[in-house]
Amino acid sequence: MADSNVLERLYRQMLLIRRLEEEAARAYAQGKIGGFLHLYIGQEAVGVGAIAALQPDDYVVTTYRDHGIAIAKGMSPRAMMAELYGKVTGCSKGLGGSMHMFDAEHHMLGGHGIIGAHIPLAAGAAFASKYRKDKRVTLCFFGDGAASIQGFHEGISLAALWKLPIVFVCENNEYSMGTPLSRTISVDDISKKAAGYGIPGWQFRGEDFEEVQAQIGKAVAQARETSMPSLLEVRTYRYRGHSMSDPGKYRTPEEVEEHKKKDPIAIGKQKLVTAGYDEAKLKGIAESVEAEVADAIRFAEESPEPELSLLEPTTYDGPFAS
Amino acid sequence: MREIRYREALREAMIEEMEKDASVFLMGEEVGHYQGAYKVTEGMLEKFGPERVLDTPIAEAGFAGIGVGAAMVGLRPIVEFMTWNFSAIAFDQILNNAAKIRQMSGGQFSCPIVFRGPNASARQVGSQHSHAMEHFYATVPGLKVVAPAFPADAKGLMKAAIRDNNPVLVMESETLYSVKGQVPDDQDAIELGKANVVRPGKDVTLVAYSRMTHVALDAANALAKEGIEAEVVDLRSLRPLDEETIVKSVWKTHRCVIVHEGFPYGGVGAEVADRVQRLAFDSLDAPVLRVATLDVPMPYNAKLEQACMPQADRVIAAAKRVVSRGKA
Ligand SMILES: Cc1ncc(C[n+]2csc(CCOP(=O)(O)OP(=O)(O)O)c2C)c(N)n1
Ligand SMILES: [Mg+2]
Repeated sequence: MADSNVLERLYRQMLLIRRLEEEAARAYAQGKIGGFLHLYIGQEAVGVGAIAALQPDDYVVTTYRDHGIAIAKGMSPRAMMAELYGKVTGCSKGLGGSMHMFDAEHHMLGGHGIIGAHIPLAAGAAFASKYRKDKRVTLCFFGDGAASIQGFHEGISLAALWKLPIVFVCENNEYSMGTPLSRTISVDDISKKAAGYGIPGWQFRGEDFEEVQAQIGKAVAQARETSMPSLLEVRTYRYRGHSMSDPGKYRTPEEVEEHKKKDPIAIGKQKLVTAGYDEAKLKGIAESVEAEVADAIRFAEESPEPELSLLEPTTYDGPFAS
Repeated sequence: MREIRYREALREAMIEEMEKDASVFLMGEEVGHYQGAYKVTEGMLEKFGPERVLDTPIAEAGFAGIGVGAAMVGLRPIVEFMTWNFSAIAFDQILNNAAKIRQMSGGQFSCPIVFRGPNASARQVGSQHSHAMEHFYATVPGLKVVAPAFPADAKGLMKAAIRDNNPVLVMESETLYSVKGQVPDDQDAIELGKANVVRPGKDVTLVAYSRMTHVALDAANALAKEGIEAEVVDLRSLRPLDEETIVKSVWKTHRCVIVHEGFPYGGVGAEVADRVQRLAFDSLDAPVLRVATLDVPMPYNAKLEQACMPQADRVIAAAKRVVSRGKA
């Protein structure tokens, strides 16, 4: 039986992520957030459970579907929301936006926009850990759609060859934009690809954050102790469209509703109930989350925008000639 | 004449060519069941079936390469990149295979392939998704690169691209897809390598293409109110480049401003500037200026993004600079 403080912390994190993103969607509809906005709603237990299996100074790298993972890694909701609003107080000073959540303090090496390209980059962080013998592990997330691209194959192939301390986590949410897995890949289990690289790989479901934590924990331990990389596939589901512009016509409302029955947050809540949390205590958690979300929004709304002069010093190290 | 949207013009061109030639097929991410990420290929899967309209996985190098190989042995693929940004992953296939097959085989093989998709900035999609990729590709002998600004040109150039026996890269624009324009009922292929004077003028030549042609026209209209008549040359084709039309215009106006998205270091603007100074040197009354995206990765923040992108006010300022210099 897990420590109820840990349960509460992780449940609260999932709820915080969900509520932040629901508010982000609302702000997007009001035109306060622009560009792409890819929501993690439905997948929260994956990021939260996986990162709970890490040490604080371990590295995390992910795709553009990065808000939940950034928050789980320790980014402040203020920094996240301000970034979405394009404000200078955002994690990337308003220059990156939704897809590019970076937080050096928390060893969050970014959300990345080009499918697969961050996989070798993540292997690079793991390479540095091995080089410096600092015993850190890198966790690299990507979608099911990434399993066909070269960055996936080359990154994992090299990590396996050089025995880098990294865990590759495929968040299989059944769709790559509008395309179901069955039309993008010749196998039904992406983790089977691990065999081709000579590393361990396995598949599990990702609705229960404790289960995710335990499974990822095994892989992280292997990576840390024996520098053995692994390729895990977590079966999950996104409730919203691929991004804000996707009406999701490729799946039925019934299919989405069916998945919502296994909602990671409801599962988390049930764990707390089982651990003896009553209505009042659960309400207390929800209220503190609401306060934190409201604070993040207020902060984002009130923060200033970046100035054009910021671009030069953020492009190169030091002012450049001419 | 009918008024249709840019995306419809592209679609019509593809459909008409596919109806005429069974060796033409289309592939790319989400082009079929999803009806195209930007709905350019809407209805094409239903019309031609899954053998000729193929949804690919996210594997740009893979499907671009499959296109090149299929083209070598007689098919005529149309390969869509969801955006040209992602062609960076297929760059090797385009640079080292598509562009080289003909010459390195001593002319035995050709590569009749079209690569197409939206290019340059969209809106607030950040530094990795806002690239003006035409500059990289236009430097490469063996490739042809077109960048239509209007629906009629989009249709005509797409048809020419499909019929061409060389790799042709069609640079579209997300921000132009919904733009409407008159297209003749029998719009046929438009010869590649021909620019178009879309607004006559005598005081300064504005050279542009794709969305920037519209920005140049806006600038020209504003300049007209101040008594400056700008001639707008819409390049349409970046390689081959119609230097004759550009130079003829500069001979008339004696001044030239080039407007394009993409970084100011090198690129199509630098190429045009080189041709103008070589071929119209005696006619020039002012240095050739370029209005481009600022020399930084594209920021997400909306105001900064707008400030980085070439806008009509920067074109107007540049035009005034060259006009006043000539008269001083
Ligand atoms: C190389 C590349 N090609 C295409 C895209 C456009 N794109 C963005 S997300 C996406 C689908 C990715 O699906 P998946 O990997 O399953 O991740 P999910 O969105 O489901 O989290 C596509 C095709 C891209 N970003 N990069
Ligand atoms: Mg997916």
